[in-house]
Amino acid sequence: MISQSARYFIPDPSRWPIFGSFALLSMAFGAAAWMNEATWGKFLLIAGVSILFYMLFGWFGVVAHESESGKYNDQVDKGFRWGMSWFIFSEVMFFAAFFGALFYMRVLSVPWLGDLEHKLIWPDFAGQWPTAGPGISEIFTPMGAWGIPALNTLLLLSSGITVTWAHWGLLKNNRTQLIIGLIMTVALGITFLGFQAYEYAHAYSELNLKLTTGAYGATFFMLTGFHGFHVTVGTLMLIVILGRSMAGHFTADHHFGFEGVAWYWHFVDVVWLLLFIVVYWL
Amino acid sequence: MEATHAHDHGHGHDEHAHHHPSGIMRWVQTTNHKDIGTLYLIFSLTMFFIGGILAFGIRAELFQPGLQYWDPEFFNSLTTMHGLIMVFGAIMPAFVGFANWQIPMMIGAPDMAFARMNNWSFWLLPPAAILLITSFFVPGGAPAAGWTIYAPLSTQMGPGMDLGIFALHIMGASSIMGSINIVTTILNMRAPGMTLMKMPLFIWTWLITAYLLIAVMPVLAGAITMILTDRHFGTNFFNAAGGGDPVMFQHIFWFFGHPEVYIMILPAFGIVSQVIPAFARKPLFGYGSMVYATSSIAILSFIVWAHHMFTTGMPAAGQLFFMFATLLIAVPTGVKVFNWIATMWKGSMTFETPMLFAVGFIFVFSMGGFTGLILAITPVDIQLQDTYYVVAHFHYVLVAGSLFAIFSGTYFWLPKWTGHMYDETLGKWHFWLSLIFFNITFFPMHFLGLAGMPRRIPDYAMQFADFNMLATIGAFGFGLAQLLFVWGLVKCARGGEKAPDKPWEGADTLEWTLSSPPPYHSFETPPVVK
Repeated sequence: MISQSARYFIPDPSRWPIFGSFALLSMAFGAAAWMNEATWGKFLLIAGVSILFYMLFGWFGVVAHESESGKYNDQVDKGFRWGMSWFIFSEVMFFAAFFGALFYMRVLSVPWLGDLEHKLIWPDFAGQWPTAGPGISEIFTPMGAWGIPALNTLLLLSSGITVTWAHWGLLKNNRTQLIIGLIMTVALGITFLGFQAYEYAHAYSELNLKLTTGAYGATFFMLTGFHGFHVTVGTLMLIVILGRSMAGHFTADHHFGFEGVAWYWHFVDVVWLLLFIVVYWL
Repeated sequence: MEATHAHDHGHGHDEHAHHHPSGIMRWVQTTNHKDIGTLYLIFSLTMFFIGGILAFGIRAELFQPGLQYWDPEFFNSLTTMHGLIMVFGAIMPAFVGFANWQIPMMIGAPDMAFARMNNWSFWLLPPAAILLITSFFVPGGAPAAGWTIYAPLSTQMGPGMDLGIFALHIMGASSIMGSINIVTTILNMRAPGMTLMKMPLFIWTWLITAYLLIAVMPVLAGAITMILTDRHFGTNFFNAAGGGDPVMFQHIFWFFGHPEVYIMILPAFGIVSQVIPAFARKPLFGYGSMVYATSSIAILSFIVWAHHMFTTGMPAAGQLFFMFATLLIAVPTGVKVFNWIATMWKGSMTFETPMLFAVGFIFVFSMGGFTGLILAITPVDIQLQDTYYVVAHFHYVLVAGSLFAIFSGTYFWLPKWTGHMYDETLGKWHFWLSLIFFNITFFPMHFLGLAGMPRRIPDYAMQFADFNMLATIGAFGFGLAQLLFVWGLVKCARGGEKAPDKPWEGADTLEWTLSSPPPYHSFETPPVVK
């Protein structure tokens, strides 16, 4: 009995991973130096990021080439599906740490700071959310839910629909629908990011809401910021598969590259919904 | 488990075999699971000795009361870096090395699922090690907040802490990629006929370990990112004045940290579960219950984290919950120990080095397990928190547990990996010296802890002097005994008696059907498992 694994694709030795290792080493040293006020740190960090992009470009280029030349059979494809699912699970757990911090502060540590014991140190602190904490007296306005954030929710949900529509196009071999769907998704993603940048500027200039604004500022900016970073990465991924689609890559029955990006995009979408509910709304 | 297969020895026709880089680039660019496994194991051994030198520094200082060699700050760096290097540099990479070598061979696969990513998982470790070691030489020195890097200590230290944080980020990325690779390989690349419940137990334990790693390494990444932003970007996650809470760091850290300790012991259980049946010449007793026990331990590991922080002040209901949940872990662990002993019962036993280490593991690990039960009881723990009793406990499970299992597995599979038998006499010396010196080092620490000696302190009261002197003698003996291990490894790698395909009579997993050393791609044609 010969199974698929007889023909399982095993890549040749590759020079790309070591570039990634050098990139992360430079980024780590660069960022550490930069954060500790050494001027050269910034340049080392930028050099590291550049090497990382070079590595990603080269590595994924090889993968796309291998995929298009038919080296990936069904078993390899299934492996990619498992791999991507577990990667997204790890991302879920990363966000869980920050959501956990938010819940801990809102439900436990802030009310504790307002209780009777702490009246000795901070007699005027009520322990109510939203707060910058008992020791930070600056006045700030929390971010409302129904302006830009609601609009952004609409944008991301629509982008989930457009990417699915593009997928339907791919399944029906309708390349125009695929490409138009992806262009719309990318456009919605970029618009989302633009609105978020505007919202941050608004928070800093008019609401006096900053990263340093205690518990509220830290959780607000770290959660939405990491989400925004993931939207940026997702948008770059969408642009890559848009380019690949235009170059004629993917077929109706072999397109995990597309699906992996779509899964990631949906994940980013779901995280936003949670953010909208627990960070902005409630 | 009987297997039929038809691997071909001549793989010159293999299209991949033509342009293999040679020399150092072979190792830098390799996508082969055996090469990468070897790299992991060599890296781990190197870090084991670096961590060991730091331990020598700790024990030398503690040989006598009073300050002898180091500033108290540097002593704190020694304990911190000893912990970080041993946990993330020695124990974890060693198990990943075993996974790389053994998983494809034991499930009948040609290689790991993502061979290129496998290379990156390894090659992220040397940069992380460079960052960790460089931190000793920056102003303020290496991280000195303990391996748990609790806030607010860690939010205050010098740039060494930043290097440590980035090293942890990179090692976390390495672990996550390695684990995704392992889970995918196990779920997607088993030989035809190898259903989940026919997998060797080492595969099962690694499947569950990899799941734990993917679930908790990102949580650690989140926690240390919060430390980083608290340090440099003015966030207030762990600052009460800003509405945060330093205790929150402990909650997030131990949500990672408790599964982490099972990450370091489950693959050890897997190795012991392969070794004991082989030398008892009996199938593993209670295979199914072993699988379910491993899964139960993994699930329970997510709901016990606060037993590390009983003294931080938590509601009584919380203390009770975490105490009982922790005690519950003794049940599946007891099932495992029972099954190992039942496997040996009326077995036709021989005691070659792997078996010695496995049996030693059961004895000494079980003692660590029992002290764990004692520490799980909240009122007792409140007395023993941060004393040498805790240090004794976790060295019994980590050194006599994880490390002894690593030694056992190394001797067990060395003949397969190198094609040579190791030196049995050297191996036995290594075992007995390790076991004796281990107990000389760590057994007195129980008494020190019960008498109230605090951990992570370079000086101590006079009444602790005798036991500390004894522990230091034991530690140096233990460290030097490991040179026998290296000697044995080098000797075995360079030559020795030719190993047969299956040197152990009772071993029955798939890797023993391959030649010793095995072909470059383990199973070109998948074996059929009946």
